[in-house]
Amino acid sequence: MAPVKVFGSARFTNVARVLVCLEEVGVAYEVVDIDFPTKEHKKPEHLARNPFGVIPAFQDGDLMLFESRAIAKYILRKYRTDEVDMLREGNLQEAAMVDVWTEVEAHQYNQALAPIVMECIIYPTAYGIPTNQKVVDESVDKLKKVLEVYEARLSEHEYLAGNFISSADLSHFPFTCRFMETPYASLFDSFPSVKAWWEKLMLRPSMKKISTNLHPKMV
Amino acid sequence: MNYINAHFVANTDSHNSLIKMAPMKLYGWAVSPWMARVLVCLEEAGAEYELVPMSRSGGDHRQPEHLARNPFGEIPVLEDGDLTLYQSRAIARHILRKYKPELLRSDNLQESAMVDVWVDVDAHQLEPIIRPVVFNVIIKPFTGSDCDQDLVDGSIEKLKKTLEVYEARLSSSKYLAGDFVSLADLTHFSFMRYFMATQYAEVVEAYPHVKAWWEALLARPSVKKVMAGMPPDFGFGSGNIP
Repeated sequence: MAPVKVFGSARFTNVARVLVCLEEVGVAYEVVDIDFPTKEHKKPEHLARNPFGVIPAFQDGDLMLFESRAIAKYILRKYRTDEVDMLREGNLQEAAMVDVWTEVEAHQYNQALAPIVMECIIYPTAYGIPTNQKVVDESVDKLKKVLEVYEARLSEHEYLAGNFISSADLSHFPFTCRFMETPYASLFDSFPSVKAWWEKLMLRPSMKKISTNLHPKMV
Repeated sequence: MNYINAHFVANTDSHNSLIKMAPMKLYGWAVSPWMARVLVCLEEAGAEYELVPMSRSGGDHRQPEHLARNPFGEIPVLEDGDLTLYQSRAIARHILRKYKPELLRSDNLQESAMVDVWVDVDAHQLEPIIRPVVFNVIIKPFTGSDCDQDLVDGSIEKLKKTLEVYEARLSSSKYLAGDFVSLADLTHFSFMRYFMATQYAEVVEAYPHVKAWWEALLARPSVKKVMAGMPPDFGFGSGNIP
């Protein structure tokens, strides 16, 4: 069977979100770089894969998908085994908790954390745009409140959806990984359960492997 | 009346009885587009539920009683037996998974993937554009703030580009995930409802397949019922401020 294809470089956070899932399920895949400097992402060949002209796109045979969290769900659903069941769709209660914390990642956590990554790393290194400290300060305040909720959750449960790892935990990986390169990484020190959860995640072979590509000199 | 997943329960007298589970409770204010997203799914599923009204202006969502349900202090919140859920799309998925899984297409890998794609397109491409327009054009005049017209104008330009993608999609399939209605379509309703009440509705109507798809959504009994609780001014005009 032809390996599945991920379009977009492994150094991008949203691509990494998909790659971590592929590593967890142990499926063969190929990463096809999309060249930003030549605006390959806006050319017809890529627009046919992702009509919004962004990355990642994902191909499995005839199926072409986009939106990294949707791609993640597909991978985890298709390649689910008894040992690797990251969506828990066979159990109503567990699946609901996975969905809650996947949505929390997208709409609470990432909203607070991603701007810090963008302002501190991405804008300066990739675009030569200086850090907007006001945005960073506001985001740090928001993130502290979010981490209080996470601390309460993770002091009672080993992982976000319960006592089992799930796509909700995986989804936090790429942006958090980059956050740890910013001067604000020490924020997690005030939230011991969150810190322990993150450190445990980073011990996973999938995370170790994919994180090596998330630290380029140029984004 | 629906009997929901009647439970086989052994009580302390050691004889088994079938009990009807308590209806689900949905907490929040019905004018909220996040709330309405869930209400549409409840109606589509024909599930039994109780709407527990809360007051936004009264700050009910910031009270300890509500924070115990949702530590983020937001609505909607769903109570279903022992489960307490928040985040509107997570609640929507639970309701459909339990009562109307065909709207998620969980049994079909390709179709469920397309549902997930277009639910996320709404979340990450469309809603971030139309939400600030709704906020600036409808809400701000009532709260005494100035409309940020530059932001609105910029959003409308972005919207046109995004709608081109929707138009292309809906030219080749009846609904967003395929030729079947799904959560992907339903999830769009609530924010669009308010956007289409602004003077910028014509921007959407310029795309014939998007327009037809929108009108098909409006014709659904579930949507009509939920829309009745969503006055175009969020209730501000009539004094029913949420």
